[in-house]
Amino acid sequence: MSRINKAFENKKAFIGFLTAGDPNLDKTEEYVLKMAEAGADLIELGIPFSDPIAEGIVIQEANIRALSAGTTVEKVFATVKKIRQKTDVPLVFLTYLNPVFHYGYDGFLKKCQECGIDGLIIPDMPYEEKGEITDIAQKYDIDIISMIAPTSEERIGKIAETAKGFVYVVSSMGVTGVRQEIKTDLESIVEVIKKHTGTPAAIGFGISKPEQAEHFSKFADGVIVGSAIVKIIAEYGENAGDELTAYVRSMKEAVRG
Amino acid sequence: MTSESIKKGRFGEYGGQYIPETLMNEIKKLEEAYEFYKEDEEFNGELDTLLKEYAGRPSLLYYAEKMTKDLGGAKIYLKREDLNHTGSHKINNVLGQVLLAKKMGKTRVIAETGAGQHGVATATAAALLGLECEIYMGKTDTERQALNVYRMELLGAKVHPVTSGTMTLKDAVNEAMREWTNRVNDTLYVLGSVMGPHPFPMIVRDFQSVISREAREQILEKENKLPDAVVACVGGGSNSMGMFYHFINDENVKLIGCEAAGKGIDTDMHAATIAKGSVGVFHGMKSLFCQNEEGQIAPVYSISAGLDYPGIGPEHAYLHDIGRAQYVSITDEEAVSAFEYIAKTEGIICAIESAHAVAEVIKLAPTMEKDQIIIVCLSGRGDKDVAAIARYRGVDLHE
Repeated sequence: MSRINKAFENKKAFIGFLTAGDPNLDKTEEYVLKMAEAGADLIELGIPFSDPIAEGIVIQEANIRALSAGTTVEKVFATVKKIRQKTDVPLVFLTYLNPVFHYGYDGFLKKCQECGIDGLIIPDMPYEEKGEITDIAQKYDIDIISMIAPTSEERIGKIAETAKGFVYVVSSMGVTGVRQEIKTDLESIVEVIKKHTGTPAAIGFGISKPEQAEHFSKFADGVIVGSAIVKIIAEYGENAGDELTAYVRSMKEAVRG
Repeated sequence: MTSESIKKGRFGEYGGQYIPETLMNEIKKLEEAYEFYKEDEEFNGELDTLLKEYAGRPSLLYYAEKMTKDLGGAKIYLKREDLNHTGSHKINNVLGQVLLAKKMGKTRVIAETGAGQHGVATATAAALLGLECEIYMGKTDTERQALNVYRMELLGAKVHPVTSGTMTLKDAVNEAMREWTNRVNDTLYVLGSVMGPHPFPMIVRDFQSVISREAREQILEKENKLPDAVVACVGGGSNSMGMFYHFINDENVKLIGCEAAGKGIDTDMHAATIAKGSVGVFHGMKSLFCQNEEGQIAPVYSISAGLDYPGIGPEHAYLHDIGRAQYVSITDEEAVSAFEYIAKTEGIICAIESAHAVAEVIKLAPTMEKDQIIIVCLSGRGDKDVAAIARYRGVDLHE
């Protein structure tokens, strides 16, 4: 069983996101470990990109902070290697296609495997284009995580059927960012996904509060939180450890229901 | 034959649809709608009428006799897109796309703009056809082109200054794409160049190809032969793609695109994507981009806000790869000199973007025979650039 499967084994998963290198990579290592200890079942590490078109302002700014701090793909790999020596928490990268393409698909995915990365989320690589990377990913045992959006409609079937790791269900229209209210009928979307695949489905985009986490965990296999975590890091900088621990604990608690 | 390869939406390895899942169904609807309406008689009739009666087409193909004599080589013809309504070739594309939006039942259009040409054109078409319009423009550009911001507002558009990233055209595209993922049901993103995810590079090219369709007929009528070279400036590449398109199969017609070399391609102050860029994936397409060794999109520079973009349309990247078109780099200094030259020689103040193409003609014409012909696309008029040129020359204007 892969590490990602374990994250969903007999439980609802709490998935946390943070941008690697924000505020610096030493802190990223510390924060990932803190989040894992506090109960995060899977952690998404963002490799910063200059132009993250699927991100709202909170994560855009984290990308800028990380790049300004000198974060590079190679340095992120080195950090992951260190993290992997200390924890078994499933780790996936979230980044845009260009840094991966530029590094070279084969080299990048090989390195992912060597460092202990389990999956890869690329918001600007939809179903139609993922063919250029899936075979290589399979060779190195890296799951390419597929996304399903409120607008996916009849596309849900084919996306779900080929999904690996987990299905990332985008809760709302627009970009990432904390939302007061999520109106999409996610229960129906998850229901359709379940008809097509046994791969777990986790909901992300806009979730920040324990009530939301609790609600979505009733029908989804997990919830993903990004902007709310990045906001804590933006506010507390190098001293965000305790805040992150408390926040992740409260969310994990909510997911348990 | 077109230069599209067999795989739909691809030009060789370039093109594709690298966009968030949220937009995929919408972009497929756009593709279907376009495939339908481009064959639809009523749509084409309406568009033709708009182009003729509203935009002022066909644009003139003007023999620049003084320039020709002065340069002492090939005969030079100017394709006068600067004479179109709103002052540039941008109107050709927006009339098509906004009409398409209306046919699709959309009530709102959004667009990015750099210098403001595409924003003004989109706001114009939206006003005419009765659609709501919102324009995304880098904050730096809103300050450099304050007059165009007011112009768009006069036309009823809402202008959003974009404060992320470098606050220029690339960031305006980012923000327009983000806004589109937010609201697709009633909204079409009217892209301004032959870039972005398929079908945009094809749609924009088709709507702009009216330039070469006319130019080809006009030159055959005037000279009874095809030109030896066709020259146009390239940012994202819409006027050049429009100017090249109907000449692609005429193998003896040289196609020359002029990129912005800014302060020189050996400095880091340029926007010369073909000369200095490498293959990447950004803004929905695989193409050539100015980027650093980490695959981060690089800041670019040109005196011309319209050429100040770190990528190039995928069909250009392909035409370059197969050697069908060649691309040269023109510095700010060369472009400004050409801007001044064509003003004094022909009495035409052209856009600083177009002046990049004129600069190439100034170099090229004298090396050619007198019975040879060059057509250069004057993509826009230069009123918007006068203040910037004065500043460049150190002239203090009090407006």
